Amino acid sequence: MGDKRLDQKLPPRRRAWDLTLRLLICACAAVTALLVAALIAYILLRGLPGVTWQLISSQESYLNNTIGILPSILNTLYIIVAALVIVLPLGVGAAVYLTEYASSRRLVRVIEFTTETLAGIPSIIYGLVGMMFFCQLLRLKTSLLAGALTLVIMILPTIVRTTQESLKTVPESYREGALGLGATKWYMIRTIILPSSIDGIVTGCILAIGRIVGESAALLFTAGLGLKLLGNFFEAMGGSGATLSVALYIYAMERGKFEVAFAVAAVLMLIVLVINFAAKVLGKRLKNKL
Amino acid sequence: MKAKKFVEKLMNAVFFFCGILAVGCVLLITVYMVASGLPAIREIGLGKFLFGQVWASTAKEPRFGILPFILTSVYGTAGATLLGVPVGLLTAVFLSKVAPKKLADRVRPAVDLLAGIPSVVYGLIGVSVLVPFIAKVFGLPKGTSLLAAMLVLSVMILPSIISVSETALRAVPPEYEEASLALGATPTETIFKVSIPAAKSGIAAGVVLGIGRAIGEAMAVMMVAGNVANMPALFDSVTFLTTAISKEMSYSSGLQRQALFSIALILFLFIMVINVVLNVALKGGKKGEK
Amino acid sequence: MENIITSQDLKLYYGNFEALKGITVELAEREITALIGPSGCGKSTFLKTLNRMNDLVPGVRVEGQVLYHGQDIFAPEVDVTQLRKNVGMVFQKPNPFPMSIYDNIAYGPRLHGTHSKAELNDLVERSLRGASLWEEVRDRLKKSALGLSGGQQQRLCIARALAVQPDVLLMDEPTSALDPASTIRIEELMAELKKNYTVVIVTHNMQQAARISDKCAFFLLGEMVEIGPTEQIFSMPRDKRTEDYITGRFG
Repeated sequence: MGDKRLDQKLPPRRRAWDLTLRLLICACAAVTALLVAALIAYILLRGLPGVTWQLISSQESYLNNTIGILPSILNTLYIIVAALVIVLPLGVGAAVYLTEYASSRRLVRVIEFTTETLAGIPSIIYGLVGMMFFCQLLRLKTSLLAGALTLVIMILPTIVRTTQESLKTVPESYREGALGLGATKWYMIRTIILPSSIDGIVTGCILAIGRIVGESAALLFTAGLGLKLLGNFFEAMGGSGATLSVALYIYAMERGKFEVAFAVAAVLMLIVLVINFAAKVLGKRLKNKL
Repeated sequence: MKAKKFVEKLMNAVFFFCGILAVGCVLLITVYMVASGLPAIREIGLGKFLFGQVWASTAKEPRFGILPFILTSVYGTAGATLLGVPVGLLTAVFLSKVAPKKLADRVRPAVDLLAGIPSVVYGLIGVSVLVPFIAKVFGLPKGTSLLAAMLVLSVMILPSIISVSETALRAVPPEYEEASLALGATPTETIFKVSIPAAKSGIAAGVVLGIGRAIGEAMAVMMVAGNVANMPALFDSVTFLTTAISKEMSYSSGLQRQALFSIALILFLFIMVINVVLNVALKGGKKGEK
Repeated sequence: MENIITSQDLKLYYGNFEALKGITVELAEREITALIGPSGCGKSTFLKTLNRMNDLVPGVRVEGQVLYHGQDIFAPEVDVTQLRKNVGMVFQKPNPFPMSIYDNIAYGPRLHGTHSKAELNDLVERSLRGASLWEEVRDRLKKSALGLSGGQQQRLCIARALAVQPDVLLMDEPTSALDPASTIRIEELMAELKKNYTVVIVTHNMQQAARISDKCAFFLLGEMVEIGPTEQIFSMPRDKRTEDYITGRFG
């Protein structure tokens, strides 16, 4: 009936196999973790020294031979604001439709499938379609507005998904309670559903901001490459300008100014860090609500 | 009372519009891709376009063969997958099965951070650190190469692979693992012989998601691959489907421009196939859980 | 009869909570010992200590000894995989792997170094016969084990445990998730298993304990109140608390 001794070690081959795989697992995790640490450290160490007040508070000047990224910072902000203002009602509306209105299972499945599809389309394709549809067909030319509209389609799935998640956490009894008191559906949504899903909506916004800040391929042909100040928000919407990510590309690849590119990268990295942190905090709050 | 009913109806319509907006966007993108992509293919001939080995869009007698781009995208993605999947999967194993909870909770945000880094920042590090490094190590005149693109892409797809695989591994019923341990398997043997096979459809979904990311990535690849229309070779400058579009779009015209849209159509088809595969993989996973 | 497993003043703590308060018991070869008692009394914990499945729970601490063939299972030189190979376990919920029936049975032997096709075929057949499942599944060994009924799945799990050739089988409420007909089949099977194996079973079902076990141990609040021949425990328990439990006065 086999050997009943317990103090025998595993056969050498089995032990070696076991140990090797365990080491490999730890090694891979270490590689991933070190990679993240090294990437962030490298970008910040090489980029931060270049982030001067002058850099972030002025625009490029050939006369003084100075470089400033204020236009790109403003362009990024403008695009974020414009895209969010447009996408929020649409995305939240879509999520409300999916969870509160849609009665046909099939339609919901079709919408969810297309939303997933939308999330999988590469940004270069958004760029092309945005160029053809917004810039050419709607005659918006290469402008921040065209860029923002293109991004609206891109971040729509993010907003829909996070809002939907938090709408699902609203207890059914709230809905029944409100409707039982004779409230109309729209009144119920306005007063009960939307306020209790605010965390999810905000989380969606933060993720969307992250996506916008990092986006470049979709903006090349829609928002353009301009590095000059465009004036106030409404003037800027009609002008062509580069966001920070696009500016990074221009400085690195077309101007060969790696140090400026790294300074921009450091700024981007700081934004990404803040966004990740904010998303995490909110995510936790959302979970606690459950 | 009437006004109330009108508002109800109106809001119903508004939400319905938001709901089907995603469907509309996918349709719009599809229509644009097909409509703008077909003319050049018709003019050049599908066979010549897909299997032509020479791309000389600005030559006197232009030739539009995109086989180099297709193969580069396929090889580049395959290489990135080959590198990224083992590291990503084992990191996911570490996070879900090996690491103490506290350590896992520290490493996971780092992985999320990896997903948040803009692709131009990956490109910048690639072109300023990785490319010179490759040139030096392999004694090449220029380090911009398929290899550089593969390496950058393999890091960029890590987060998708890790987070989706980790979710799948966590969903493996603990009863399976208990049964394996009770039969005298070591924890490592249990992971490789029970947990990973049981999570395979979720892991596959993560891999497919990563493949989609890699094949659609434009900016980072444009910065490190050299953008010469060579047939793919590990140490040569190459052009991906995505970069073929973005590098010429700004100055293209006529048939050349139309051919770029045709490339986008091919890329779009690739992505659509991947999306369908992804959906099937995820569905398979859900069935497996039951 | 020789004692296979002896536990001496076994204490087990989850953090600060003392889940087992000094259990001393001797388990004889080729007998079925039933562990009974109300929920949370420590009987399952005790069972899982015998093959050290409790090691998986964070914060667990053990004092005292458990001897298996005279060897302390908590001794540092003990390889826990050897222990679990010899002391097999069947769980409350049938938990076949999502693989074919054949691969489920062959999983353990393959781990422990059996790779020859002929040997594996032989082992699979013997184990399935041992769990009286062979006739039902011989034509579909390559089919997924998840297609079997609940009762068949549980017998498959027993066969899987037998395939690594243990001499002790621990069963943690093996029939509580099954219908009455499947339960009876498993009980019949246990009577067969007794001929070759030492069986320790945790059960909530008094009738089951009375039907199948040779010895019965009553647990209460982390203590083993008494152990004795099943007949005696059910007819004239020595301890008042045992009597109260058996006659249904609590739990």
